[in-house]
Amino acid sequence: MSAPLPTRAEAMGLLARARPETLAELAPDLPGHTMLRAPETGAVMVQGRQGGTGAPFNLGEMTVTRCAVRLECGAIGHAWVQGRDKGHARRAAVLDALLQTDRAAELAAAILAPLAAAEAASHEAQSRRAGATRVEFFTMVRGEDE
Amino acid sequence: MYVAVKGGEQAIDNAHAWLAESRRGDVAIPELSVAQIREQMALAVGRVMAEGSLYDADLAALAIKQARGDLIEAIFLIRAYRTTLPRFGASRPVDTGAMAAIRRISATYKDLPGGQVLGPTFDYTHRLLDFALAAEGAAESPAPQAAALGPVPRVTGFLDREGLIEPEPASDAPPPDLTREPLELPASRALRLQSLARGDEGFLLSLAYSSQRGFGRTHPFVGELRIGEVMVEVEIPELGLSVAIGAITLTECETVNQFTGSKTQPAQFTRGYGLVMGQSERKAIAMSLVDRALRWQELGEEDTGAPVQDQEFVLMHADNIQATGFLEHIKLPHYVDFQSELELVRRLRAGAAQEAAE
Repeated sequence: MSAPLPTRAEAMGLLARARPETLAELAPDLPGHTMLRAPETGAVMVQGRQGGTGAPFNLGEMTVTRCAVRLECGAIGHAWVQGRDKGHARRAAVLDALLQTDRAAELAAAILAPLAAAEAASHEAQSRRAGATRVEFFTMVRGEDE
Repeated sequence: MYVAVKGGEQAIDNAHAWLAESRRGDVAIPELSVAQIREQMALAVGRVMAEGSLYDADLAALAIKQARGDLIEAIFLIRAYRTTLPRFGASRPVDTGAMAAIRRISATYKDLPGGQVLGPTFDYTHRLLDFALAAEGAAESPAPQAAALGPVPRVTGFLDREGLIEPEPASDAPPPDLTREPLELPASRALRLQSLARGDEGFLLSLAYSSQRGFGRTHPFVGELRIGEVMVEVEIPELGLSVAIGAITLTECETVNQFTGSKTQPAQFTRGYGLVMGQSERKAIAMSLVDRALRWQELGEEDTGAPVQDQEFVLMHADNIQATGFLEHIKLPHYVDFQSELELVRRLRAGAAQEAAE
């Protein structure tokens, strides 16, 4: 029994949001590749919505590094990662390319699964800390406790 | 008027060398690392990111170190840096409703789905100096954990469902960008929000406070205040895929304000909105009050002549880098201007003396 492979967008997101050190530990050796676009740092304008749900507005920018590579087998990989870590962008692009080859299932288990688990655990811990600061009123029940 | 002035190069070099030495301070005290600033001065880092208008905690921490803790100088450094970056594109509008909230409170409903979640707040502290912090090396005990939060739906959503608050018209129209075109007045709400989001916290705080004290009419309730991480999704043009490439911490405030209504339209609450990079509820609340006050015209309210209602006054003075640039330039050489004024005063005085003598 194996879980379905993440979609390409999900995989690219996990690789981008991984801590660079974690990704380097999980995938220390990269296969040979040529650069289609050398790692380049720039900015993405982050948009919000008026009133949270209405028309978009520009909130401010964030740093992003992007990279594109081709493996010797011809597979092409892309990465856009938050921040300015060029090594991170390059590693994420190579892994994106590898995930387009017949090694996809193996790499999904070895790299994507631990990344997804680590991210979920970190969100869970944060949510539990927030949960501990939820106010318990003595006289009422909360809506969700009905 | 500016005049070319030569000289002073050696003095400038020496001044900068002294600045570097002063920045370091007493070398017997360990030097601050950028990572230490990022982790332990997180709210200062957030302010530099918000007003520098560039989300990058390491860069903001570096700027704070370089600026010796002068946050406006640090913001200046970030603004200068961001102009060197190529623009790759725009994100999808972030979904603050799906925020991984660390704090979420409402002043309008005590009991609400998701609950009142205090998060790591200064509220309810006694504002007494904690001398234990002066003793270094004391490890903090880890924060307690309890059942994870469930969904935290929007408070304005409850009101909206009953038609009790003005609807927020949905749209995906690309917004104007004041970093690309100069600000023109009157500015759309999208431009105003962009300007306020990067505006000076102190200026917005004072404007919002003035509106509470009676200069302009805002009667806000904080419907909801939430802080936490949101995913930033970007469309990768080569692939046509939308990818969540990172997460940023935001503070969002939605105010619920007094009504509009007419013979044909029943009374409804109105909205004010604040959204700020980093953790800064003071600024998010202030922004939502100022946003609401600036909407007087579209809501058919009267102009009371209050500063907070005046778009030009608010938007042209909210940017602390523009402000400090213009303010501080007057310390630079104005020798020729002053010479001409000096001459004029001498002439006037001489004329007056002559008249008195005649």
